[in-house]
Parts: sequence; C-alpha cells; structure tokens
Amino acid sequence: MYTIISSVFLAENIKKIEIEAPRIAKKRKAGQFVMIRVGQTGERVPLTIAGSDPEKGTITIIVQGMGKSTRELNSKEAGDTISDIVGPLGTPSHIEKFGTAVSIGGGVGTAIAYPTAVALKEGGNYVITINGARSKDLVILEEEMNAVSDEAYITTDDGSYGFHGFVTQKLQQLIDSGKKIDYVLAIGPIPMMRAIAEVTRPYNIKTMVSLNPIMVDGTGMCGGCRVTIGNEIKFACVDGPEFDAHLVDFKNLTDRNKLYLPEEKQSAETFAHQCNLNKPG
Amino acid sequence: MDAQHITKKERMAIPRQEMPAQNPDVRNKNFREVNLGYTAELAQQEALRCIQCKDAPCIKGCPVNIKIDQFIKLIAEGDFTGAARKIKEDNVLPAICGRVCPQEDQCEKECVVGRKNKPVAIGNLERFAADYERESGSVELPKVQPATGKKIAVIGSGPAGLSCANDLIQLGHAVTVFEALHELGGVLMYGIPEFRLPKSIVQGELEGLKKLGVNFVTNTVAGRTVTIDELLKDEDFDAIFIGVGAGLPWFMGIPGENLLGVYSANEFLTRVNLMKSYRFPDNDTPVFNCKGKNVAVFGGGNTAMDAVRTAKRLGAEHAYIVYRRSEAEMPARKEEIHHAKEEGIEFLLLMNPLEFIGNEQQWLTGAKCLKMELGEPDESGRRKPVPIKGSEFILPIDMAVISIGNGSNPLINQTTPDIAVSKRDTIVVDINTMATSKESVYAGGDIVTGGATVILAMGAGRTAAKAIHEKLTR
Repeated sequence: MYTIISSVFLAENIKKIEIEAPRIAKKRKAGQFVMIRVGQTGERVPLTIAGSDPEKGTITIIVQGMGKSTRELNSKEAGDTISDIVGPLGTPSHIEKFGTAVSIGGGVGTAIAYPTAVALKEGGNYVITINGARSKDLVILEEEMNAVSDEAYITTDDGSYGFHGFVTQKLQQLIDSGKKIDYVLAIGPIPMMRAIAEVTRPYNIKTMVSLNPIMVDGTGMCGGCRVTIGNEIKFACVDGPEFDAHLVDFKNLTDRNKLYLPEEKQSAETFAHQCNLNKPG
Repeated sequence: MDAQHITKKERMAIPRQEMPAQNPDVRNKNFREVNLGYTAELAQQEALRCIQCKDAPCIKGCPVNIKIDQFIKLIAEGDFTGAARKIKEDNVLPAICGRVCPQEDQCEKECVVGRKNKPVAIGNLERFAADYERESGSVELPKVQPATGKKIAVIGSGPAGLSCANDLIQLGHAVTVFEALHELGGVLMYGIPEFRLPKSIVQGELEGLKKLGVNFVTNTVAGRTVTIDELLKDEDFDAIFIGVGAGLPWFMGIPGENLLGVYSANEFLTRVNLMKSYRFPDNDTPVFNCKGKNVAVFGGGNTAMDAVRTAKRLGAEHAYIVYRRSEAEMPARKEEIHHAKEEGIEFLLLMNPLEFIGNEQQWLTGAKCLKMELGEPDESGRRKPVPIKGSEFILPIDMAVISIGNGSNPLINQTTPDIAVSKRDTIVVDINTMATSKESVYAGGDIVTGGATVILAMGAGRTAAKAIHEKLTR
C-alpha cells in the first residue's frame, strides 16, 4: 500500500496528488511515468510524474478525472492509500541545449509538459511555454510555468483568459514573428499534438510529442501500447513515451485508443452510480 | 491391494489411472480448473504401478531430481503428507509443477513401466501429494540454517527466482525478491490461465516462502526503479540472481498488425489472468469482447493453447488455432492439444497469415492466409512448411492473438552493459554455476534459455543458489 501525502484540486476535476514512493522519487527523470492501480480490483493506468521530492520520498502526479480509475483516484484524500504504484517507467526526455525550446501543453497535458520544461530550462535553453485550456477556470500550473519560462503564454479556446485561440495559433504567431525556434515539445490531446506536428513540419523544427496509448503493464511485456513511428512498431512504454512528432502515425493511435470505449463507459457509469449512492442525504 | 505384498506382475497389470476432469462442454464456459485431481484411492492405485526400479531413471528425467521412487512409495503406503515433504526436499512448487510440467518429455519419458505400458503418472501423483498437504493444513516448514549475514537479491518472482530464493533462504542467507508487477509469480500469475493453474495455488505455495522469511518487494522494475549496480553498491547485496524471464512478445511484422483486435498473447493473457478481466466489470480491466466472435490464435505452443482456450471461455463462437506446420510438429503438450480439441477449439493447420485486414474504423475483419505443405526437415529437425502457390484465402476473424514466442526485455541489458548477452539478447552464463560475466551476478531461466519450461527455470534457480552459496561461504 502506498500513502497519499496530499491531494488538492488545481481546477475542476484536476487534482494534484503527492504519493509516498521513495525509490521512484530518487530515480525519476523528466518525461517518465508511473503505472497506478488504485484498489485491489483496479486496472493499471499510466500517469506522468509531474515532480518529486527525493528527500521527502514523494512524487507528484496531476490527474484529470476522466474514466473510472482516474475519478476514483481523484476521490482520494491525504492519508488514503492506493494499492500499487510502479516506476519510473519509460525513456526520460532527451535534454540538450537546443537553443530556443517551446513547451506546449494542452489541458492536463500542461502537467506532463511541466517537468520537461523544467529540465529544458536547467539544460540551458531559452524556454517558451504555451499552455492551452478550454477556459480560464481550467488553467493550471500558471505560476510554475511562469517560473521556468523566459516567455510564457496562456491560450483559452473561449478567450476568457490570455490569448484567444488554440496553442497551434499561438505557435504559428511566434514562428511568423520571426522567432528562431529550435525545438518543440507538445503534450496534450492527440488532435492537438497532431496539429502541432503539422505547424512545425514545413519549418523542419524538431518536434517531440508524448504519446498516450492504452497500457497494461508499462514494462514492455505486452505490446498493448504499440505505436507506429516511421515504418517501425515501437512500444511507447519502453521506447517512449516521447517520439518524433513528424514520424508518428496519429491516426492509428487515435483508432487504437477507441478499443474499449463501451467498457470504459460502462465502468464510469457504474462508478458514478455508486458515488451517488454513497453521498450523504 | 496392499503396497507391501504386491508382485511386479500385479503392479504392471494396473492400468494408468486417468485424472478426473470437468466435462468439456461445461468447462469451456468457465475458468475453473479443468483437471480435478486424484482422490486418495486413485492416487494409491496409481502409486502401486511404480515398480521401484533400483536406479530410478525417472529421477534423472526431472530437472530438479525429485526422489520420485521414494515419494511414490509413501503415497502407496498412504503417507500422503510424508510424500509431499519428500518432494519438497527438491522442489519448492510441487502443486504447480505437478500441473504444468511436460512430464511426458521429462520424468515420465524415462519411466521403465512406460516401455511396455503407459508410464506412471508421476505428475498427477506429485500434484496429489502437494494438494493433500496444503488442504489438510499440515504444511511443515523446512528447517532454516543459521544466519550467514549475507544478502542476496533475486530479480523476478517467476519459477527461477522462487526456487533460487527458496534454496538460499534455507541455507541461512537473507533474500529479497524484487518483482516488477503488482503480483508475485511471474508467468504462473499472468501467463498460465486459472483453468490450468488456479491462482490460489500459486499464492499458497508462495506463502511458504514468505513464512521462511523471504522478503518480497513488488512494483520494482530492475533497470528502471533500481539498477543491478545500485543493488550491489548502494544497497550492499552480496550477490544477485536475475530471473526476469522472456517477456518481450514477438510480433510477425506483417501488414495490419496494429489493427484493433490484434493482440500479443502476453497482453491477452495478462489482461485475463493477472487483471482478471474475465470478471469485468467487477474487475476494472477490460479485454476484447469475444462473445459470438471469431478468434484466431497464431502459433502452436502452450501459450497459444492457453490463449485459444481462454478465448473460447470468453464466449468466442469460433476459436481457431492457426499453425504453419502440422499437428505432429506442434510444440504444445499433447494433453493441452487434447483438452483444446475436446473443448471445441478448431485447428487450422499448415496455414500462414500474410496480412491482417480491417474495416474503415480499423477493426480487424480477417486474415489473409496462405496454405502450406511440409517440405524437407529444417535445422530444427522439423519438416519445413512450404507455401502452396495461389492458395491465398481470407479467414474471417474479429480478433487475432499472436503467439509465436517471446524475446528478452532489453531493460537490464540497456542499464547493465557489463553483463554479456548473446545475439538473441539472452544472458550468457556458465551452465555449471549460472554465473554471468559480471562479478557476483548470476542468471537463470528463460532470460538465459529463451522461452522454456517452468521446471527448467526452477532447475536453473537451484544451480545458481548452490553456486552463490559456495561462493559466499567459501
């Protein structure tokens, strides 16, 4: 059993959770993730490590309640426990002094982009961050991002805060303004990552994306997370999750992530029903 | 018949006692164990068939050299608990080995009775003794030697690691087993299905090791959570045994392998066995909905049999084995092939897939296959399948499971480059000691041999334990 040290909402349905996991805290690098199993009948779900405190022996994850498992995890408070957490998994982000590096996060992807943005800054890059949200109340990690960025931009789809529009539009604006961009990291929903790849492709800007296929073990023993990169099959859990955006077969990834839609819906509905039953009064 | 007063001729006249089993039409709809085990009567009757040969060639056929003649004699005499303890002197997981060992290629192959009649059912008797001891609650722990003060790390809690840990703890060493998954047992938990090996039995045999003092640490991936060098330098382990198995699934590299509905056998079996997705939605992990669908498993080994029988139990209308050679060349155990056929599994032999075909939504709809015929024997001694020109056809299927074997996971190799590996990425060892090229590091089981059997892995674990003990106490 692994103890939750703190659990706070950053925005509606998005929670920052600190978990006791000393070995992972000591070892993890930017870009890596953990597999979590909330309870004894639970499934294993991958979640990116947003940060860690090696001395305290804790890691931080940022979770958006989407389906059953993430909502169950989000219902946990400080002092509660989860059954299993394993990691750090995946190949760490490749960090070097690229020059000007743009970190783009869409929605909860901002939390995944954050540790790599920190590493890029520590690696001596001029860091620009662009963080997109649907609206103002869903903006997360604004202060943290400001702290690691030489330039920080927030975009909202509805214009309620920051730049009115998508992260792709902001990136295009930066390119059009003549800024020399050497490296782009984009993390968020698949359509967003795919769109970013198309923005940077004509300019030949090195662009990495962190892929989110369905995973089971997360250690390379099943190939459930296989993705097509160029003409090769790769296991995202071992070879990734970060890959060259210009080589990713986004269509296949989108299709494969639909594998269990009916089952996911069924689980989420059952969970919501049980939650309502447990509500007082 | 009385065990003391029975002639050899009378012994030879007793037919091999068949293992009672669930009815095929019932069991292919549930995940309960197929074989029901011997009753005490059946076990004693079968034990009487053993002629107690002087040199007991069966023992040499067993990779861990169980004193087969002695334990069978104890069963014949009605001392079932004594039989179990006799087995445990050499084998830490008898309830498991009695179920999953390919006895026909090992102990039973050497049985003298088998030259004229069917061999003594050594596996069934081993299983009976172990089950009897466990169910009667009379499990006795072996005596542990005084503490040596030495610390040994075992990486992987599969059969190799468990048998190594067992021998080392009994010799007085402090043993910590690190496991990547959240459950212990390796392939015994995620690979072999409940209907062949109930998970409660695996857990039961693990309990004994816990009671002996083995420290088990789950959720720890060697190469990621901790490296071999860190265990040696920072955590002061005196020796390390690597038993991480062959867990990297091979795909075929044909078009369409990423379509929805195409699985590796590892993924399909992990979802069903380890994550218990056959109990969805009570357990959260989903798996392909096989109900009323056509499922094809590509391969002819035990894993393929496990996968296809699992698909049938999940409600598949047609569950096919597609294999490129003929039944005679299948590496799966005869018993498993027989059980599969009884359960309605359809065998499509001499057939090879060329391509997977899908619909617009990318769901698998069929496999384009080619018919084969047998040609000359190849380097493995098996007749090589040769394609029949113009024989392409489309097999309509909704789900495909690839079960053509496994390679080595690269994580340890990548993070511990001073451990020598072969061209196939298996770890190279001295077969007498299981020592790797790296000081104080040993390895055994599938990571050394490539995919093999539970009992061979256990034998390797024992060999390594002996060598580690000699090195540390010299």
